[in-house]
Amino acid sequence: MLNKYPLWKTLMVVFIVAIGALYALPNYYGEDPAVQISGTKGVQADLSTLDAVKDTLAQANITYQSAALANGQVLVRFSDYKTQQTANESLSNSLGDAYSVALNLTPATPEWLASLGGVPMKLGLDLSGGVHFLMEVDMKTAMGRAQENMIGDFRTNLRKEKIRYRSVNESGNGVEIIFRNADDLANAESVLKRTYGDYLFVDNEDKLSLKITMTDAKLKETREFALQQNITIIRNRVNELGVAEPLVQRQGAKHIVVELPGVQDTARAKEILGATATLQFHMVDQEHDLRAAVNGRVPPGSFLVNDQNGQPQLLKKRIMLRGEHIIGAAPSRDQQTSRPQVSIDLDSKGGSIFSNATKDNIGKPMATMFIESKATGEKNPDGSLKFTQEQEVISVATIQARLGSKFVITGQESPAESQNLALLLRAGALIAPIAIVEERTVGPSLGAENVQLGMQAILWGFAMVLIFMMVYYRKFGVVANLALAANLVLIVGIMSLIPGATLTLPGMAGIVLTVGMAVDANVLIFERIREELREGKTPQQAIHHGYDSAFSTIIDANITTLIAALILFAVGTGPIKGFAVTLSIGIITSMFTSIIGTRAVVNALWGGKKIDKLSI
Amino acid sequence: MQILKIKENIAFMSQRKLASIFSIILVVVSLTSLATNKLNWGLDFTGGTLLEIGFEQPADLSKIRTVLESGGFADAVVQLFGSSNDVLIRLGQRENVKAEMLGNQILGLLEQGTGQSIDMRRIEFVGANVGDELTEQGGLAMLTALICILVYVAFRFEWRFALGSVTALAHDVILTLGLFSFLGLEFDLTVLAAILAVIGYSLNDTIVVSDRIRENFRKVRKGTPEEIINISLTQTLSRTMITSLTTFLVLLALFFKGGALIHGFSTALLFGIVVGTYSSIYVASTVALALGISKEDLMPEVIEKEGADQEELRM
Repeated sequence: MLNKYPLWKTLMVVFIVAIGALYALPNYYGEDPAVQISGTKGVQADLSTLDAVKDTLAQANITYQSAALANGQVLVRFSDYKTQQTANESLSNSLGDAYSVALNLTPATPEWLASLGGVPMKLGLDLSGGVHFLMEVDMKTAMGRAQENMIGDFRTNLRKEKIRYRSVNESGNGVEIIFRNADDLANAESVLKRTYGDYLFVDNEDKLSLKITMTDAKLKETREFALQQNITIIRNRVNELGVAEPLVQRQGAKHIVVELPGVQDTARAKEILGATATLQFHMVDQEHDLRAAVNGRVPPGSFLVNDQNGQPQLLKKRIMLRGEHIIGAAPSRDQQTSRPQVSIDLDSKGGSIFSNATKDNIGKPMATMFIESKATGEKNPDGSLKFTQEQEVISVATIQARLGSKFVITGQESPAESQNLALLLRAGALIAPIAIVEERTVGPSLGAENVQLGMQAILWGFAMVLIFMMVYYRKFGVVANLALAANLVLIVGIMSLIPGATLTLPGMAGIVLTVGMAVDANVLIFERIREELREGKTPQQAIHHGYDSAFSTIIDANITTLIAALILFAVGTGPIKGFAVTLSIGIITSMFTSIIGTRAVVNALWGGKKIDKLSI
Repeated sequence: MQILKIKENIAFMSQRKLASIFSIILVVVSLTSLATNKLNWGLDFTGGTLLEIGFEQPADLSKIRTVLESGGFADAVVQLFGSSNDVLIRLGQRENVKAEMLGNQILGLLEQGTGQSIDMRRIEFVGANVGDELTEQGGLAMLTALICILVYVAFRFEWRFALGSVTALAHDVILTLGLFSFLGLEFDLTVLAAILAVIGYSLNDTIVVSDRIRENFRKVRKGTPEEIINISLTQTLSRTMITSLTTFLVLLALFFKGGALIHGFSTALLFGIVVGTYSSIYVASTVALALGISKEDLMPEVIEKEGADQEELRM
């Protein structure tokens, strides 16, 4: 028994550790605080922007490391966070609205390493500073919308098939249609079933009613759609904010997580993200008396709503067009009056709906209604959040001609207001309102402090274990220490390589814990070797049996810990996930380094020759 | 170097009645404390607003309290966090008040009231229903972990061991929770993560011991189950101690160097490792023994190939 490893195995160990070290290396260089300037509204940053940036910084006496133009963005690097902050302020003041200026952290990785795909670990918000939002989608409204659509669709369908009905109304989770006679009912059922196969039909011949509800699958699909749609829209809005490396992610059935690293101005972020603004166009009801309506006699086909000045307006209930057909919106100015306005583009469906709706109404006033949903902070009995809708007429204009897919709305009081409105409309209308149910802001100074404390903890823990192992197991202890160092390098390397992995403070704690536990496999092996030696085995036999018999124990023990870590990962959120990631990676790498890695070193040192005594 | 020089087998199991009584008392005390003191749920679970504020000079807590009280925040909990310049303020869940206003409002109040410029270190706001969901999720995570582990151990070892190790885990979790409720320490998400790590760690320990017991049942020809368990515990004792020691050392580093944000985390783990070490020696084995583990239960079912022994000799 000579304890020799085939050459390929040793090479494999060396190779893996080397690769790990290579990809861990970018973390050594760290990140530079930077400011990123990108154009909004289709404007791209160019060389003149770069010059403007340099001028501004020179004027404000701000020193920077480098300023460069890449991918239509200007990136300025600074040596510290304070300078970054002041530069950010003076740049956003001087550049104006056409550009968005965002705080950023840019890897200081050397080029050769970056070209190999080397990037530093992504730092969580608790380490980098920034804002975290958890948003809840108002599913009630989303489902209500779906129900409204059903009603509209059924009506059109029945009319098309010339089936007479008394009424179509919502009822519970579905829609109830009442007919005049049993024949119509039977007809309608067979007609509708053809197109709406994935709905549930229940007829009641006594009441001449047909109840149509969504199947569970359809319900789920509708909810998923609402969530997905909201995520897409929020992502658009985040992009409009110009934040570097934002995260928009689904969580569970009705939650969306948004993380904006480096953002400190939460008020603006929230204004843009949280508002669910949409437009709706209605005809103004001229046939009825406004004053009578204000006094409580609102005609059935109309409703009252205030305009921006608090004056009541009487509008027709029928919606001419909804905001979901808006595909573009840009702030502009009226050529003649130079008043701010918003130009709007509609999609083709919206265009045809709108042109039909306006064709018969030329010369009549049309109102543009702005609707914003907000959470009240109160809750419904079922635990979901209550939302209120604030609606306001932002413009009443006489339709001059048949409107197509391009038109303008006026009535904003300032350019800033028209810009904000355009931004909200352009980013799309949310299908259902969302509420921010959780908000965490971490200051940049706290983030930096957390990094420093975490690093200190890792180093102290690491040093103590190294010393202990060396004293306790002597030369074998040194081998175990090599494995421990390799393990740390591999964890960092893998964390940097996995795109989704983020280092958080609990993640650092996970690494510390792994350092402590990683020696376990080696302790198991070394204690076995000692046992074998005590029983009088030769050193070579002791090594062989030590490794062999500890193997299954190590596997069993680690797999169970891994189960716990994976469950944490599956159900955990944010910091817990961060902890689970480092713990899982740490368990796997520590198994590799302490079983295969140390064996390679032990075999290289002691294998293949006759020895009388082991330094263990 | 060797810390423990063990010549004789230690009769661990002869003390198992005492250990059982000890454990049961601790569990009962923990459960009582959990029932009466409850857990001091952190913001993650209860919802509310939390602000960490850095002052230029050491903060005057009583002044901050009066300023907040006069500003209409009588329920604010104000305490130092980390250093004497850093203050943590906690507010309960509020109806009809927007969180964004709250943070700015308080910062404004304090800046005016104390005349110091303020460094906002963090602001957290969590809605109550998120908290409810988290509590549910956290409990579910713990339960799922226990069940998965139970299944794995039952599959790899034997149901008596599985029950033994899960009892040990439940024991550790209850005691750690008990400690948190007894001392009134805040229980937040990181502490929950720590408890799950305790589960992982304690299990690690228990598996190593069970593994040795299984091996010895197969290897040692004579001896009662009690004796075999004693042999196994003695053999694994130095490993158990050393691993616990190294883990304990690095956790101490985390406790003292890692900053105030993860104090709860390191406290839970430090305590959990001590109980976990104890429970892997006493609780798991005692339960397996009480359930009547025997040699026959652990003999491998597969009949070894003829000549397998010879193979071994040649190596």
